[in-house]
Amino acid sequence: MIELSGVKKSFGSNHVLRGVDLNVRRGESMVIIGGSGTGKSITIKCVLGLITPDAGKITVDGQDILNQPRDAFLARFGMLFQGGALFDSLPVWQNVAFRLLRGSLARPKDEAREIAIEKLRRVGLKPDVADRLPAELSGGMQKRVGLARAIAADPEIIFFDEPTTGLDPIMSGVINDLIREIVVEMGATAMTITHDMTSVRAIADKVAMLHDGVIQWTGPIGELDQTDDPYVRQFVGGLAEGPIEAVR
Amino acid sequence: MLRLLAGIGAGVLAALAAVGRVVLFALATLRHMLTPPFYVKEYGQAVINIGYFSLPVVGLTALFTGGALALQIYSGGARFNAEAVVPTIVAIGMVRELGPVLGGLMVAARVASSIAAEIGTMKVTEQIDALVTLSTHPMKYLTVPRVLAATLCVPVLVGVGDIIGIMGGYLVGTSRLGFNSNAYLTNTFDFLEFWDVASGLIKGAVFGFLVALMGCYYGMNSGRGAQGVGRATKAAVVAASVLILASNYILTEVFFSA
Ligand SMILES: Nc1ncnc2c1ncn2[C@@H]1O[C@H](COP(=O)(O)OP(=O)(O)OP(=O)(O)O)[C@@H](O)[C@H]1O
Ligand SMILES: [Mg+2]
Repeated sequence: MIELSGVKKSFGSNHVLRGVDLNVRRGESMVIIGGSGTGKSITIKCVLGLITPDAGKITVDGQDILNQPRDAFLARFGMLFQGGALFDSLPVWQNVAFRLLRGSLARPKDEAREIAIEKLRRVGLKPDVADRLPAELSGGMQKRVGLARAIAADPEIIFFDEPTTGLDPIMSGVINDLIREIVVEMGATAMTITHDMTSVRAIADKVAMLHDGVIQWTGPIGELDQTDDPYVRQFVGGLAEGPIEAVR
Repeated sequence: MLRLLAGIGAGVLAALAAVGRVVLFALATLRHMLTPPFYVKEYGQAVINIGYFSLPVVGLTALFTGGALALQIYSGGARFNAEAVVPTIVAIGMVRELGPVLGGLMVAARVASSIAAEIGTMKVTEQIDALVTLSTHPMKYLTVPRVLAATLCVPVLVGVGDIIGIMGGYLVGTSRLGFNSNAYLTNTFDFLEFWDVASGLIKGAVFGFLVALMGCYYGMNSGRGAQGVGRATKAAVVAASVLILASNYILTEVFFSA
């Protein structure tokens, strides 16, 4: 469904992506792992068209993302940003219901608010946070509001950039279950970036490892522990020794 | 020598490229202004932030300027026994030149900076990206309401400033310079022409447009981190102020030199 081939992106002399090939099928949960600063967030932003790659092709349902009507295209996606990226001028519920309050998916305000509160509940937040401003919430709470916003309009493709960083272990478990549920019950296609191996095992159908600007390894979650790929073994085992240099 | 020329050439090219980007940004703003969707609530918010909350600053600026102007013209006019021109010159100077320019500069300081800082922060915290993924065009949602509000509000601010400035001159004139209250007012309005006022208001609209445009442009193109936002804010205020003064000269030339 989502296909990247030969995607390259550099910032000046920093060659972040050097030819990424990746294929995510419909209804599949793909998890991308890889060291900090290897370009995982950039990869996702390329698919959404927030960043234009220097080279390579990205297609969704066989269609090049560049020649699609932007609004209809983006309406199919939900995105949780690594930093939350909540609109700090709007109260929490209007953040969550942002898409439901305007544009092609607009609906009455009461209904939008109800949906927002329901989504907040699903990420473990009580209704009384709905009228607060994002700045009044803790980092982990903001992250979960971001998650609620990403799933608010029930998109068919969802990107989660580090959904569990900054959360306590119990809340991480809740979020992992939620992501799994969205994929299994709603049939959504998910791409998740995470460093947390517990999350990887809870969420993934398939895993791809990004290193040195290319996908070093990709395979079903079951093969993650069997593979003898040295990069994956070092990353999964959290070892200081191996082909990946600890100082980058 | 050759290197010097190459340096100058590169500088000129960079400057032209920057001007080109700003012009393209302005054209895109106008295009988005005319095509739906329109964000009425954001527009209302911008009117309050840019127009309403600028009233005190612009009013105080005009009051003191009008007063100082009356004192200056009185002492200058005294050199050739022309003290009686104070009301007329204060009025004309205020509505044609000082009202729009000083009002515009105060708005530039207050509004260009806050727009650039707000949008710049949104940019570095990925809120602009988030807007895009939520199928909302940042130009339509952020730039258009602010630019439109500033273009429509600054003339109103200038108008209010004109009145307060003339009042400042009147207060000084009657209390310190011994003018008769009725004579001062008659002199003020008898010689003031419609075009004097209208030209000042048009200037105000242009300045408002430029101020909000610079705030949005530098905010949207802000560099990364707090430092990037700081630079964007500074650049927006400087660019807005310089553009106000430059366009004021051009407009004055166009309006009054014929
Ligand atoms: N706008 C930008 N301008 C310049 N360089 C950038 C920009 N965005 C990202 N980079 C660089 O691209 C590289 C990859 O960034 P990216 O955010 O994709 O990393 P990541 O894999 O998501 O890391 P993390 O796990 O820490 O989030 C980094 O080296 C970063 O410095
Ligand atoms: Mg990242």
